[in-house]
Amino acid sequence: MKIRTESLSKTYDKKNQALRELSLDLNLNGIFSIIGRNGAGKTTLIRILSTELMPTSGKGFINDLDVVEKAEVVRQEIAIVPQEARPLPWLTPLQTVSSYLMWRGYSYREAKEKGKEALRELGLEGKEGEKSRKLSGGQKRKLMVATVISSEAPVVFLDEPTTGLDYLSRKELWQLLSKMKKDRSIILTTHYLEEAEILGDQIMILDQGKLVDIGGIDHLRSKVKLPYVLKVHSGNFKIEDDEVQVQPVSEKETFVYGSASKIYGLVPYLLTNKMKFTVEEASLSDIFEQYLGNEEEGGNDEKEDW
Amino acid sequence: MKRRIGSQIMASILVNSIYAMINYPVILINTLLAPLAILAVVTFASRGTLLPVAAVGALIMNMVSSGTSLQQDLSHLKNDMRLQDMIVSSPTSSLVYVVGMAISEIVYSIPTLAFLIILNVLFVKTTALGAFIIFLDMATIFTFSISLGFFLSTFTSDIIQSWGFSGILSPLLTTIPPVYYPISYIPLPYRYLAYLSPTTYASEIAQSQTGFYSPGAIGFAVSWIVLLSVTIVLTYLALKRSRWREN
Repeated sequence: MKIRTESLSKTYDKKNQALRELSLDLNLNGIFSIIGRNGAGKTTLIRILSTELMPTSGKGFINDLDVVEKAEVVRQEIAIVPQEARPLPWLTPLQTVSSYLMWRGYSYREAKEKGKEALRELGLEGKEGEKSRKLSGGQKRKLMVATVISSEAPVVFLDEPTTGLDYLSRKELWQLLSKMKKDRSIILTTHYLEEAEILGDQIMILDQGKLVDIGGIDHLRSKVKLPYVLKVHSGNFKIEDDEVQVQPVSEKETFVYGSASKIYGLVPYLLTNKMKFTVEEASLSDIFEQYLGNEEEGGNDEKEDW
Repeated sequence: MKRRIGSQIMASILVNSIYAMINYPVILINTLLAPLAILAVVTFASRGTLLPVAAVGALIMNMVSSGTSLQQDLSHLKNDMRLQDMIVSSPTSSLVYVVGMAISEIVYSIPTLAFLIILNVLFVKTTALGAFIIFLDMATIFTFSISLGFFLSTFTSDIIQSWGFSGILSPLLTTIPPVYYPISYIPLPYRYLAYLSPTTYASEIAQSQTGFYSPGAIGFAVSWIVLLSVTIVLTYLALKRSRWREN
């Protein structure tokens, strides 16, 4: 799947710039995670690409099809679960999925069969006849994912699909998405950096409507100055060195960020002093902080939440 | 994937009326109450003399209510459930979606319509041509209200705003204008105000076929011209100016 944007911009109410001249040229396989602070332009970008929202200027393409001029063709290829989308409470899960499939053009019978199959695949069998309002938060989210996945659209947009879910429910959804990426490209926005890291074959960082960087986790890690983290199980650990960054996390733990040589250079000292520690590669949260941590927070929170 | 318009229309009908009626049968009573309540009041207050006018008026109100209900339903599905966003990004066009939703409002009010049609057959005296004219009148006012409902729904940002619109439209289009009673009942200086509402023209057309109002050939033609013009303008606005894809 190819995504291309040419100087894509979006301004709300003539003053809030959500996207600023964003240019991308991507070949995607699997899951593409888009991360950024509130107001970074994540939702705006996927709303434009999914033909919901008109850009102010610039162009967007999915598989070389212009999302404005060829919207009708693009819509055959895509499906989206918008931010805060919920199943209609008066419908059963099977009615929810099959109705959506009928809107996509399937016959009633096909839609029902495919709906049952999707619900089974997402572990919602046995719930298909219950009213959706009785489902748990996790089941409702799974149902929304089942709805678009069942459509067999090759490109699926999921805007913050796990927001508000507990850790175990999120993990369950991650497993399902990992399974589903084999047959389709999934473009996902999230505020959970752990989620973006675990799921994302490629990760894009947006900030104030601009592209910060894009690539796999190893690529992003290679671009930051402090790609390793030493987690010392002591709140009092101190070190004087300009090339590392010491961050006391709690009374029990101190994180030290640095290059591989700097971090491994500290290990003999820790062993000698019988201190407990672990050495890890920087996580996406660490990398994200290094990319954006020192910049002022900005953007268009209001519109991003739209 | 072949695009089946029939399936797309059926999806709207299933979601917005049939599944709702199956899963919550109590809403069937809800649709019956509004037109019948006014019908009963007018009939009792006039000691039965206005029953035929009120019976036709209840049909008009039912058609207009379809539009205000559509406005509320679409607004709810768009703003609270984000369903419309999913539909915009699907192969369903705005026209097909709205046609499906409009039919769903009719399906939703089938019990009311059936009751009102029986009432009209029993109490309203008209010719076959008159019945046909009343049918065309109802179809036009239905198109008007559906277009208005869709147009407004695309501009609402939440359900409270949507209630605000329907709260204004319902009395202005059905309760206050001479829908349930002849326009001659309104004293002259105020009668002109009634002509601000398109339902007044629809009522005049219907009442002219039941013998309760005689507008003359010119008055009859003017009523049609105004009603059709307003309907055409609103349908155009709904098709061209409503915000299906956000700007």
